[in-house]
Amino acid sequence: MARNVTNRRKAVVTVLAWLVGLAIFFPILWIFILSFKSEGDAIKTPFEVLGSAWTFESYATVQERSNYFRHFWNSVVISVGSTLIGLLIAIPAAWAMAFVPGKRTKDVLMWMLSTKMLPPVGVLVPIYLLFRNLGLLDTRLGLVIVLTLINLPIIVWMLYTYFKEIPGEILEAARMDGASLKNELIHVLTPMAVPGIASTLLLNIILAWNEAFWTLNLTAAKAAPLTAFIASYSSPEGLFYAKLSAASTMAIAPILIMGWFSQKQLVRGLTFGAVK
Amino acid sequence: MSVTIRALMGACALGALGTAALAETTITVATVNNGDMIRMQGLMDAFYEAHPDIKVEWVTLEENVLRQRVTQDVATKGGQFDVMTIGTYEVPIWGERGWLVSLDDLPESYDADDILPAIRGGLTVDDHLYAAPFYGESSMVMYRKDLMEAAGLEMPEAPTWDFIKEAAAAMTDKAGEVYGICLRGKAGWGENMAFLTAMSNSYGARWFDMDWKPQFDSEAWKATLTDYLDLMNNYGPPGASSNGFNENLALFQSGKCGMWIDATVAASFVTNPTDSTVADKVGFALAPDNGLGKRGNWLWAWNLGIPAGTQKEDAAKTFVEWATSKEYLALVAEKEGWANVPPGTRTSLYENPEYLEAAPFAQMTLDSINAADPQHPTVDEVPYVGVQFVAIPEFQGLGTAVGQQFSAALAGQVTAEQALQSAQMLTEREMMKAGYIK
Repeated sequence: MARNVTNRRKAVVTVLAWLVGLAIFFPILWIFILSFKSEGDAIKTPFEVLGSAWTFESYATVQERSNYFRHFWNSVVISVGSTLIGLLIAIPAAWAMAFVPGKRTKDVLMWMLSTKMLPPVGVLVPIYLLFRNLGLLDTRLGLVIVLTLINLPIIVWMLYTYFKEIPGEILEAARMDGASLKNELIHVLTPMAVPGIASTLLLNIILAWNEAFWTLNLTAAKAAPLTAFIASYSSPEGLFYAKLSAASTMAIAPILIMGWFSQKQLVRGLTFGAVK
Repeated sequence: MSVTIRALMGACALGALGTAALAETTITVATVNNGDMIRMQGLMDAFYEAHPDIKVEWVTLEENVLRQRVTQDVATKGGQFDVMTIGTYEVPIWGERGWLVSLDDLPESYDADDILPAIRGGLTVDDHLYAAPFYGESSMVMYRKDLMEAAGLEMPEAPTWDFIKEAAAAMTDKAGEVYGICLRGKAGWGENMAFLTAMSNSYGARWFDMDWKPQFDSEAWKATLTDYLDLMNNYGPPGASSNGFNENLALFQSGKCGMWIDATVAASFVTNPTDSTVADKVGFALAPDNGLGKRGNWLWAWNLGIPAGTQKEDAAKTFVEWATSKEYLALVAEKEGWANVPPGTRTSLYENPEYLEAAPFAQMTLDSINAADPQHPTVDEVPYVGVQFVAIPEFQGLGTAVGQQFSAALAGQVTAEQALQSAQMLTEREMMKAGYIK
């Protein structure tokens, strides 16, 4: 009897999980479907859309009109660059907060997080002027700097949570064996924290890849990443759903594939410490 | 020939190439994603052939994103763009502030006098031309000839609002999912307020009197909003408060609208048999009026302007001159056919029999554009320029806030009176804050 109840519960939870998963995934699926339809068919009702002819027309148009690979390369440089620099800064910071906490460590952590609560548009003009004066507008370096700073609080928080789970005694033992601070960080802490660092790295690459406010506002022709590539296919007047869907599919495909292959690490990193 | 001489010749050749490369000027053009602009990007070979020393880099953005980007750049002198695609709303404001380079010195061969007077008027500040029109549009009535005939009615060339109400009632068949009229309902200064401001002009309403006092408490605005809500609630499609151009286009093309009053550019979409199920059944008429001397149509143009302070003014001017010239129109006609020529900018285009034959909606587009006067948009005098907008910097925010009130009224969340009261209050508050009224 108890087993029956447990099985039924499992089945219900599984069905619910599938439904929630499908609901979350549905917009991406629909974008994918629309990208293979003509503009005329893309604006029809959902059932008519599914029944209409499939075509590569939108992909061909997008390829012809835009330099996808330039945008793609900009996205790679900006997201990987900002994440790596962010990690370089965040690993020592998170180590200090996790293993040598001071009186104000909690406050510092909260303060770091509070910077994420400010609407970005509030600092747009000062940053724009600063970038103009420093010659950083429409440069990949400028975007790497901005995205590093934006994502740093999240990187520090994730690493801090992960480091907190590592027993301090192991580091103490290394110190007693004569390890310097540098060796302790590189040869003791980092290997133990590789899964946490990997999931932080993956999540931040995704966040930087999808960032659309700063990447649209601080770029023009040279450093524009895939977010700008997508934005160029939207229009308030005219038929554009199919082309926009094709551009979106091409823009999210690399990150989706990366996420697919690294989902174990991602889930592990995101849920670490949630269940004890 | 000795190795030394060969090396020297090679170095000279490289040097010459280097000098040529140095002489090349690259300009960055910010533009919107519309068919005409994209077509121009495909025809750039002709420009490069005529001007091998100029290279053009494009930044194509969605209209609202573009507006924010170029405004931010021109206001901060960011220098990101050498040519900007801007609307008729921006040109008078930016021109007055000295943010744009004057185009008065374009050569005689450019024939600036050929630009349609209504469009040119909107781009001129203190007798100086600050942008060159690339494509212009107005609004008009698009209707289903078959449904009109079945209803026993005949659309006049210049209908009144009373006729529109009568026709909408007669054409509506809610059970068959055919709605007599489709209009913009989505909130926004360029969405429902573009339509409603133009409609209000034909009702004798205005945004401000000569002392900049908001006029939403007037009878004319009450009549405008009441009639709009009656039309949409009784004969419009469900969920109209979230419908903009594209949603109405989809409804009309799938045969669900009897009439649609919107941008003249839609004519080419609804008559395209590839996308439209009603392509051969569409008729056109001027936007309605109420016999007060103003029609309910708007006037809009996408224009090319050069931000003051660009380091590449000469190259930018050369490009603007080419892209908005009569020769460019001829080039599009040659490569893509007359029906694809950017409409609504030059008088000579509408005198061209080949164009008139290829674009059956051409005359209606011209008449609609000519029926709008951005300098004198309303029945009573106003202190502002603009038909469906008020060319002051505060209007973007104001127009959207008022549009939200009217959209809420359409969704049934507030009454027409409440929406007008809120519009009056918020406009008064903002105009006071901005120093227009005390």
